[in-house]
Amino acid sequence: MPSKSRRITKKILKHELVPEHRILTLEEAAEVLRRYNVKPWNLPQISINDPVIKLLGGKPGDIVEIRRRSPTGGEAVAYRIVVPF
Amino acid sequence: MSMYGNETHVIKGIKFGVLPPHEIIRMAKVTVIRDAIYEADGSPVAGGLRDPHFGAIEPGERCPVCGNTRDTCPGHFGKIDLARPVIVPHYGDALHGILQATCRNCGRILIPTDRIKYLTAIKERLKKRWPKLADTFVEEVKREAAARMECPHCGARQFKIRFIKPFTFYEEHPEGERRLNPIDVRERVEKTIDEDLVLLGVDPKYSRPEWMIITSLPVPPLSVRPSITLETGYRAEDDLTHALAEIVRQNERLKNFLISNAPETMIEDAWLTLQHVVASYIDNELPNTYQLTHRKKRALKTLAQRLKGKEGRLRGNLSGKRVNYSARTVISPDPMISINEVGVPVEIAKILTVPIMVTPYNIEEARKYVLNGPDKWPGATYVYKARNGKKIDLRYIRNHKQLAEGLEVGDIVERHLIDGDIVLFNRQPSLHRMSILGHIVRVMPYKTFRLNPLVCPPYNADFDGDEMNLHVPRLYEAMVEARELLLVEKHILTPRYGGPIIGGRQDYISGAYLLTVKTSLFTEEEVAQILAAAGYKGPLPEPAILKPRKLWTGKQLVSLFLPDDLDFKGKSKINAGNLKCDTEDCFHDSYIVVSGGKLLMGVLDKNAIGAEQPENLLHIIALEYGVTKARILLDTLFKGFIRALEMRGLTIALDDIEIPEEAKEEIRRMVEEYKEKVAQLIRDYEEGRLEVIPGRTPEESLELKIIGLLQELREKAGQVAVAHMDPFNDVFIMARTGARGGEVNITQMAAMLGQQTVRGKRIRRGFRKRTLPHFKENDLSPEARGFVKGNFRDGLRPTEVFFHAAGGREGLVDTAVKTSQSGYMQRRLINALQDLVVSYDGTVKDAWGNIVQFKYGEDGVDPTLSYHGDGVKIDRIIQRVAKKNGGRR
Repeated sequence: MPSKSRRITKKILKHELVPEHRILTLEEAAEVLRRYNVKPWNLPQISINDPVIKLLGGKPGDIVEIRRRSPTGGEAVAYRIVVPF
Repeated sequence: MSMYGNETHVIKGIKFGVLPPHEIIRMAKVTVIRDAIYEADGSPVAGGLRDPHFGAIEPGERCPVCGNTRDTCPGHFGKIDLARPVIVPHYGDALHGILQATCRNCGRILIPTDRIKYLTAIKERLKKRWPKLADTFVEEVKREAAARMECPHCGARQFKIRFIKPFTFYEEHPEGERRLNPIDVRERVEKTIDEDLVLLGVDPKYSRPEWMIITSLPVPPLSVRPSITLETGYRAEDDLTHALAEIVRQNERLKNFLISNAPETMIEDAWLTLQHVVASYIDNELPNTYQLTHRKKRALKTLAQRLKGKEGRLRGNLSGKRVNYSARTVISPDPMISINEVGVPVEIAKILTVPIMVTPYNIEEARKYVLNGPDKWPGATYVYKARNGKKIDLRYIRNHKQLAEGLEVGDIVERHLIDGDIVLFNRQPSLHRMSILGHIVRVMPYKTFRLNPLVCPPYNADFDGDEMNLHVPRLYEAMVEARELLLVEKHILTPRYGGPIIGGRQDYISGAYLLTVKTSLFTEEEVAQILAAAGYKGPLPEPAILKPRKLWTGKQLVSLFLPDDLDFKGKSKINAGNLKCDTEDCFHDSYIVVSGGKLLMGVLDKNAIGAEQPENLLHIIALEYGVTKARILLDTLFKGFIRALEMRGLTIALDDIEIPEEAKEEIRRMVEEYKEKVAQLIRDYEEGRLEVIPGRTPEESLELKIIGLLQELREKAGQVAVAHMDPFNDVFIMARTGARGGEVNITQMAAMLGQQTVRGKRIRRGFRKRTLPHFKENDLSPEARGFVKGNFRDGLRPTEVFFHAAGGREGLVDTAVKTSQSGYMQRRLINALQDLVVSYDGTVKDAWGNIVQFKYGEDGVDPTLSYHGDGVKIDRIIQRVAKKNGGRR
């Protein structure tokens, strides 16, 4: 390895540019899919190698709820499915 | 159609594979062995590239293969049997991957047997759940196999394979490289077994790797490569035919070498040449190959070139097509027609047609059209008889009367374009959806399309020679859709920034200002003129002044057109500088107040009625009273503005930009003062006393400070000029109201041009150490570095003209570069976003139903119906409620 990869610590979760992520429970995930009437693969994806997902311990197939500040809509909620690539 | 039956099927999917040799041989109806195309007598050579077995192309000719004539023969493939196999260039990468991952001896994948099973199982599982990941997994397997230097099956030693695009392979032995020719490559990949290939991501049923190396080259039928006869009587063959002829030539040469037992090097050489020409036949723009050319260097357009690029099959013929029922001509303005209309020349109206179905209700009308015939407008060009399905061309019918009388219900009359038809009107570049709008036809004399100048902004059109296109929708469905969705008035508001894109420009703005300004009072006759031009038919309001004679204010006239309960407040454009007001209690009449539909205070100018000005009067009316109301305003009141302007007259002359001698003297004094300041800076710099700006070199600091000073000078000179101008000077009116030009233009005309720049810096290019021979070397003074103290009225000095031209040229270059770059960006963006859809639940989805955004714009607001992006304007709601409650909040 050319450069030593730095360890990712919990402090990145507190960074102002990192929005709030939350892994949904199975029931919540099913509810999200029902609400939007979509299949899991229609959701936007997030890599399992994403630092935040690594920290939260997300597994492929998990659905993550992301709440971020939006210039137009105040707070915007998005859902992403964890994918293994 | 009937020939093939009328069954319909739904396509479930498309599978791509490699065309196998047995297919090529089965398809081929002729083998090409001769590069000559015609015999001496002009007949096609048998076994040549125009062999009759390629299909019937001449009129009356019968196809020897299928027995059809030219109209029905689909054309047939042939083949060229290559003396030695060649690699199809675009498969080089795929072959390289397989060669590296398999054993050079036994052909098995370089992975132990039990691990193959394990990996295949993983791959199958992945394919079901994460198809995307399966591809990366295959790449991983390939890498693993390629890394093994000994075959786990037969124990043979492996070597690295080096691949040079597009078809050259080398095996890297310790003692040196050895080239693998196509036969070597084919022998190796032939040995691979199907199970191994699956693990390598190949579907062996449809794509065996050895099929990627061909000995039989398919030759497309003549309909794919038609020859054309020039006026001179010579026949010119298609580029593909030329390329194929070259392949046949090289192939024959190689054959001869093989038969005559020529030296190995010569055979190798001819073989490589054959490989090159076959590659070029498929793609003539490959790296590391020779291009096939005509005699005079022009590269041949071969298979890949037919598909690629702007004029290729995809972008040129499938994404974009040429259409009928369209017209194009120069546009010119007509402020008297509605903004919903377009003036169409009679000549064009007689060519563009609309099919009308004859019914009991319109049969008399239809008869009239038929009677008029194709040359007299409004007439008709064709009639389709329901009785026998025949099409009658009215150009060749002598007795129109008979045909008109014989017209029956159910016939279709192809009639001329008439007033009231809907058409689509377009100006390129079509950058946003308002570039194509629906207009109502108005047939007019002369040869140009007539366009209301108010509709220029959405098209970004002007009348300096612009041309526009017109398309006629021919189905009732399409016509209704155009009327309901595309009509100009439905696009007064734009989704681009949530405001009106249609509105006054130039004269409309000057006119509105001159009509509504406090000092304008109109006599009864003048009022009648303006209101008549605007199409007002009601009673006159009480005059504002009764004695000594009746006079009306412009504001009274404007109020006649506003909705009765309209309330609006806002600043005018002229609300700046000396005329600045921040409350509605405004002495300068620059704060607009409309209450109860009456324009009480403020002048109308760019901020009230201008195009592309969000939250102006027009925007509020379109949003709260409907776009039709806004359109009526544009079609009536705005004509009044023009008439008011015409009555007064608006023109500019040298006098308008003349300033008194004392003002000129003041400017001269200021120039001297600032020149001294600059000279002081330069002295400071030379003596090293100049205060350096942090992060800049002393030179940069000097430049920045000089530029700052000179800019200040120009601004001050401009202020002096403006201060000495008559407020009702026409140039000044236009600048203040935003009709045309600004303070900069006035300054440049009356006072001074100021510093000219190239790339944001003072001009320093030209000769060695100086800009022009008029100056000494290293002269840093303002005059020597592009400062122009002259103005357009009094004229420029020769050096000043030069500097001004240098600055002006940069502007031109910038526009040229910018348009091409933003055009490309636009294309990429549109390709990426074109099939995104806002669903009924507010989510944004792509064509496959994948969610792109969970709520459109994250707030679900349609910008078209917003107040400059805000879905709700709380101030206006409060105002309205307060008014309802009698002023109480």
